[in-house]
Amino acid sequence: MAVTRGRRETPAFGRSALARLRGIVSRCIRALAGARVQPADGARLAGLLGGVLAAASADSAELPEDRADTMFHLYDGGGVTALGPAVLIRKSLFDSVSLSGSYYVDMVSNASIDVVTTASPYHETRTESTLGLDYLYHDSLISLSGTHSKEPDYSADSVSVDVTQDVFSGMTTVNVGYTRGWDTVGKHGLPGFSAPANHWQYRLGVTQVLTSRWLMSLNLESVSDDGYLQSPYRVARVFGAAVPERDPSTRTGRAALLRVAGDIGSRSAVRAQYRYFWDTWGIGAHTAEFGYSRYLGNRWLLDGHVRYHTQDHALFYSDNFTSEMTYMSRNRQLSSFWDAGPGVKATYSAGRVWSRFDLKVTTAYEWLRFQYRDFTDIRTGQLYSFNANVLELFVSATY
Amino acid sequence: MNADRIANRVVAGGLIAAALLLAGCSIEPWVKPYERERLADPIMKFSRDPLADKHREHIFDVREAAHGATGVQGGGCGCN
Repeated sequence: MAVTRGRRETPAFGRSALARLRGIVSRCIRALAGARVQPADGARLAGLLGGVLAAASADSAELPEDRADTMFHLYDGGGVTALGPAVLIRKSLFDSVSLSGSYYVDMVSNASIDVVTTASPYHETRTESTLGLDYLYHDSLISLSGTHSKEPDYSADSVSVDVTQDVFSGMTTVNVGYTRGWDTVGKHGLPGFSAPANHWQYRLGVTQVLTSRWLMSLNLESVSDDGYLQSPYRVARVFGAAVPERDPSTRTGRAALLRVAGDIGSRSAVRAQYRYFWDTWGIGAHTAEFGYSRYLGNRWLLDGHVRYHTQDHALFYSDNFTSEMTYMSRNRQLSSFWDAGPGVKATYSAGRVWSRFDLKVTTAYEWLRFQYRDFTDIRTGQLYSFNANVLELFVSATY
Repeated sequence: MNADRIANRVVAGGLIAAALLLAGCSIEPWVKPYERERLADPIMKFSRDPLADKHREHIFDVREAAHGATGVQGGGCGCN
């Protein structure tokens, strides 16, 4: 009976599939024929070709563009100044492989409130090197990268793998990724001190074409940390007395980020994003950002955005503990606070130089305000707050 | 007999899988490829400048408790 039913259904499936296949082929032939029978309609043909090429770059898996960037960056706020150069070079090989390398320098002068109230201001340099390889296989992009970050009392190494796949005729792009990190925490003036911290990151993302003008994406990431997760310098306060901080040795955080971008005409676009983060330390955080981009003439592209972040404090955070606890921290990164600010960016397209490089010059500036809800400046007894300026100047060449 | 039944089930399963695959391949995108020109414009990208994005990500990574899901690797220490 099963055999009989199978025999009856097999041709039916076959006919249905063949009919669909025939329909697809005939639609393709009609589309090609339509383009061929109207050779005089150059605009339409160019539009069709342009659209297909544009669609390829919009949604199909493809190698990142060959480019070289050099940047000067500056952060100045809350007694901390961090500045330095950064470079990035990316070059494709054999049409299916792209190699990239970047080098990033942070020269830090630290006189933050933590430092000036418990230690002496200091200067140090952090360098970060990254090597990456992207491999394109049909509709899949496989990305591998390794990063090494080094400063006098802290080193961090990580490796990442990401796979991006187009599905549903390029309407949807799915990304899965994994990062493994190994940190070594040291302490100035104590050469024998060395403590490990390990990190695991798992991520899943989906980007969806909504209409011919709107895109959205949803990204999820889980981050697990294990090891020495506190600072060897930072202190907590118990009845006003300083004691070394004690953080748990494990932490798992999860983040969900929803983003939407839309072309609103007049060569301009808007975007909005919201992230919710929560972790096993009791922290819940909301981050929202809204942006607007617009071309001005053929040379200029202007961007503007506002960003707002707010978070609750960790379970074991207190500005001043009233009893000795197993875990105690006065790390203001784990306190309850908000920060917000606007940012602008202007990009000038200088055109083609040396008949090979498309050159762009960009200036970006962001102003930030940090306002703490339960972290006081022990010098004044007032809730702490500060403003910060962020500046980026960079030149990009694509080739 | 038993082997025949298994073979038939394998064949039927294969055909069902093939039919589903063909059905999947023939999903009609409601935005045709030639209608996605605007979506390909750089202003529609969530991340356009990798170095600047890295710098910005690092600034927030070391000052806020929240991190992740942005697709940008911050890297480095927790100094703030």
